[in-house]
Amino acid sequence: MIENILRIRDLSVNYQTNRGILKALRHVNLDIPKSSIVGVVGESGCGKSTLITSIIRQLDDNADIPNGLIEFEKQDLLKLSKDEMRNISGTKISIVFQNPMSTLNPVISIGRQMIDIQYRDQISKKIKKQRSIDMLTKVGLPDPHIQFNQYPHELSGGMQQRVSIAMALQAGPSLLIADEPTTALDATLEVQILKLLKELQEELGCSILFVSHHLGVIAELCDHVVVMYAGQVVEQGSTYEIFNKPAHPYTIKLLECDPASISKKQRLLPTIPGEIPDLINLSKGCIFKNRCSQSIDRCSQETPIWKEFDNAHFVSCHLTES
Amino acid sequence: MSKLLSIKNLRVRFRTNSPFQAMINKIEDPYIDAVRQVSLEMKEGETFTLVGESGSGKSTLALATAGLLNAEEGQIKFMNEDVTTMTSSQIMAYRKKISYIWQDSIGSLSPRMSVGSLITEAYKIHNLKDRDLKMESDRLLKLVGLPKQISERYPHQLSGGQARRVGVARAISLDPKMIIADEPTAGLDVSVQGEILNLLNKLKDDLGVSLFVITHNLNIVRHISDKTAVMYLGRFVEQGQTDDIFAKPRHPYTLALLSANLAPYSEANLKNRIELQGEVPSLMDRPNGCEFHTRCPFSSKHCDNEFPPIHTFNNSQILTCHYPLN
Amino acid sequence: MKVAIKRISSDPLGLLGLCLVTLMVVSALGASIFAPYDPVQLNIMERLQGPSAKHLLGTDQLGRDLFSRVLFGGQVALKVAFLSIGSALIVGIILGLIAGYGPVWLDNSIMLLFDTIRSVPTIMLALVTVAFVGASLTTLIFVIAASSIPTYGRIVRTQTLTIKSKDFVKAEMLMGASVLRILSIHLLPNILGPLLILASMDIPSIIALEAGLSFLGMGVKPPTPSWGSILNDGFALIRNTPWPIIAGSIPLVLATLGFTFLGESLRDLLDPKLRKLI
Repeated sequence: MIENILRIRDLSVNYQTNRGILKALRHVNLDIPKSSIVGVVGESGCGKSTLITSIIRQLDDNADIPNGLIEFEKQDLLKLSKDEMRNISGTKISIVFQNPMSTLNPVISIGRQMIDIQYRDQISKKIKKQRSIDMLTKVGLPDPHIQFNQYPHELSGGMQQRVSIAMALQAGPSLLIADEPTTALDATLEVQILKLLKELQEELGCSILFVSHHLGVIAELCDHVVVMYAGQVVEQGSTYEIFNKPAHPYTIKLLECDPASISKKQRLLPTIPGEIPDLINLSKGCIFKNRCSQSIDRCSQETPIWKEFDNAHFVSCHLTES
Repeated sequence: MSKLLSIKNLRVRFRTNSPFQAMINKIEDPYIDAVRQVSLEMKEGETFTLVGESGSGKSTLALATAGLLNAEEGQIKFMNEDVTTMTSSQIMAYRKKISYIWQDSIGSLSPRMSVGSLITEAYKIHNLKDRDLKMESDRLLKLVGLPKQISERYPHQLSGGQARRVGVARAISLDPKMIIADEPTAGLDVSVQGEILNLLNKLKDDLGVSLFVITHNLNIVRHISDKTAVMYLGRFVEQGQTDDIFAKPRHPYTLALLSANLAPYSEANLKNRIELQGEVPSLMDRPNGCEFHTRCPFSSKHCDNEFPPIHTFNNSQILTCHYPLN
Repeated sequence: MKVAIKRISSDPLGLLGLCLVTLMVVSALGASIFAPYDPVQLNIMERLQGPSAKHLLGTDQLGRDLFSRVLFGGQVALKVAFLSIGSALIVGIILGLIAGYGPVWLDNSIMLLFDTIRSVPTIMLALVTVAFVGASLTTLIFVIAASSIPTYGRIVRTQTLTIKSKDFVKAEMLMGASVLRILSIHLLPNILGPLLILASMDIPSIIALEAGLSFLGMGVKPPTPSWGSILNDGFALIRNTPWPIIAGSIPLVLATLGFTFLGESLRDLLDPKLRKLI
């Protein structure tokens, strides 16, 4: 049995809004095995951000978790106190965001920020500085000693993101959450950062939860893929399974729509017609039924169950139950 | 098809220091060239795509073509009229012939105006008093596939996709000859990217409008573009028919861009992946010789001290490189 | 508008402010209806009386009914506040738009003008103007307006500079919109909201300024009632009776609190970041 570093079971998250209760996540199951890279792919409104903020316990005040379990290293994160959680965030679980400027303090030098995050360690400042420089070298900064004293705005976007990664990995976490870390970067820079993440993951042995809407990146980097739609996980499996044998109609359509996968020139590009459903007034049945080209009567009556479809390949769709 | 747009040796500069600062810091030339020695030709009914990464000068080139930025050197001829030397009344007439779809779909809409007023704004600006604004608004919304009721809404109430369509509706309001589309798919989910591109292609067929597209997403270029130009540090490194460029990219940068735009789970791509070293140099410190040599995996003799010559293949693929590939 | 009132009502201080301001405005505008006596009518027989059924706030040294004087004084306060702020806004907006949108040299010149005006303390400006032109309500309004123009002008200029570089302004320019159209239709409405709220928060201090200048004798001339002049009279009579002072202070305190609470509530309302909580 492969050991999981993170297990999410039946997680639901609601938001209080003035129009009613918005059911942002519903009965989400997710496994992140040790030393693996799991990709979460989904479009706007699928709940990726809510999922991440639930794991790091940074949900807004109007959020409510009616049920669920987030098990990390034998502890349920949802049951921890704020102090206990603070001991874990930044050390055992850390996070890299899409916009590096949101992680980096613009008025403090890079070096000082790298030293500051080591505040829990009882070692001398000299050692902290050396560790920081080592980390900055590892993430590929060309002149770590010079850049140590520079300010974030003096670095380019790609460098800033490398620094964010360095800061996230400084404490040696077992789980790194990467929320669209390359979306704001040019394609040629993205290639460099992905290579970096892959190398670092192999060296440090941590797991990565990589969230993105970019299918090509997920296919290249990840071992396992989780597909989310409108607050639910609709399919999960190994990268090979998902990209070569997609089972859920949404996954199938998503792969079809990616212009990169369309090898021949096409005048009319495929799309998924319609919009994501209203998460406040949910209707009965499958969440994707209004946009699914293969829906049957049962899809409007019953919500499909999360079942193992093939070797470690899970899906929730009535059509696969045969 | 007649020539629609013809640009020759365009140069667009921006000031980096005020005259006072330049004097104090002894900077001889306080400018950067955002666009340098750019030449292109576009025919009526074509889709011309500008491809490049951030800082390549794509938007600057587009804004200069639209007449919003001044050209330091060179010519921009639209339907045989030189945009760079137009008088203000000529510019007003020009503004009716080309329109712009902005990258920030919501930010480019005036926040306190309703959708209906926004898309008929051009009629008010050009004093076309004989038009029934409500009718025009309904007609334009129908053309872009939006419901009539959306004309009452305000920009912050629109989704990204809806705002983009409103931008398109506004752009076609005066029946322009050419639409400049700046990153038409930026921020859109993959499942709806096709919608906007299909819409642009449909308008091209129905209204006969030509498209000048700017994008860094190479994957969509193949499906919508007739001619493509690849930009780096303000210059064209390669341009030609899209099909030729995709089939046989000859400039190393083009090849790198193509291999960086990954197809999901395609083994072939990973093996031929070109990795560029380092980052894009600053415009204030342009490399000597071929400006791409600092990152080029094939850089060799002459690349760092001699500016590369222009090669022309099959009369349409043009590039500047010492050692073209393929 | 309805949403605005609903939001303000949900904030207790805002609601209080709204009530106080309404009270003040209504009582001032309807002074001629509500006041039991003519504010300038002398009645030496009844001088220096304390509050009674006949004179709600008592009488001053000339027997004039203090309650009526307070009500009419509200008219003066409102007139000064709205006329001075109004004219300062108009001039400030025009100059601010020109400074923000126009060429850099024009911007620098206008800023220099603003800074020059701001470097003169208001009281000094008032004294100097009064020395040349004499004290009157018009002088008062002029002085207050002149010293407020730079503040509003600067705010408009900064907002104009920010909005000028936004995409929707560029879009309008590209469509061929004239400068006037851009300024009036696209820039001004986006600046006006926060500006008006800021201006409304100045009302309490302007009312206090008027009272202060009138107290010093540089404002309205007797026998016109103004809260400041009531305070002035009361100051001299403090050993005899405290009621003129109380009569002059109560409206000042209520008006200041009212406009401040209302203004702050409106400002919080307009702040999109705080809006999320509702």
